[in-house]
Amino acid sequence: MQIALKLNQRTLIVSLGGELDHHGAEQIRTVIERAITERDVKNLIFDFSNLSFMDSSGIGMIIGRYKLIHSLGGSVALVCTSDRMKKLVTMSGLTRLIAVYQSVEQALTEVKGA
Amino acid sequence: MENKMKLEFLSKSVNESFARAAVAAFVSQLDPTLEELADIKTAVSEAVTNAIVHGYGHTEGIVTVSCRLEGQLVTVIIEDKGKGIENVALATQPLYTQSTDRERSGMGFTVMETFMDSMTVESSPEKGTVVTLTKEIGISS
Repeated sequence: MQIALKLNQRTLIVSLGGELDHHGAEQIRTVIERAITERDVKNLIFDFSNLSFMDSSGIGMIIGRYKLIHSLGGSVALVCTSDRMKKLVTMSGLTRLIAVYQSVEQALTEVKGA
Repeated sequence: MENKMKLEFLSKSVNESFARAAVAAFVSQLDPTLEELADIKTAVSEAVTNAIVHGYGHTEGIVTVSCRLEGQLVTVIIEDKGKGIENVALATQPLYTQSTDRERSGMGFTVMETFMDSMTVESSPEKGTVVTLTKEIGISS
């Protein structure tokens, strides 16, 4: 599991690589929460375009962070290119809470414009 | 082709990736598509995570994963001796989750049902849970 964080003004971009399961989700949660408190983050973009595997733990992890960001008045977006992950995201009803984009650039434009 | 294997490992979350990778490697002898293999990996990951998170929770125990190949049929059985499920019908409903202290989406059983051909769950409180998943390889859906 690889985690890369990038801050674009007040939007935190979390890019994940490798396999995201319950084990990895616990690590990511800690890293993101720390970044949110330390760096005055408002919006969050999950970039899953380099993930090779994800199960429903990934969905739980996104929902948890959505609750936090939403309570701070920000928005969350997901970048996901694989059909399998999109299927999982749609099945879970997550698409009712957050928007899914094809690229980080597109997500950034939308999130900052909101 | 007929073949079978059995894995036993401690209920540590780091073993989730080991379990799904081992099952995928074993099933590979049936020459599945990448899509079929990803379906099986995802379902196994859900079942093993359930055994670790819900079956054993904060205690440690043994998770058993056995896999049988008969012709093109794959059967994977994921078993724990943990606290079991009181109401299986309720637990297998979409978005149901037992956990209050962790972030679970409540999607595990729904994912298993969606990505496999069949799923059965047998459970007794304080005795454990057995999840049986089957999938026929080579049938394009």
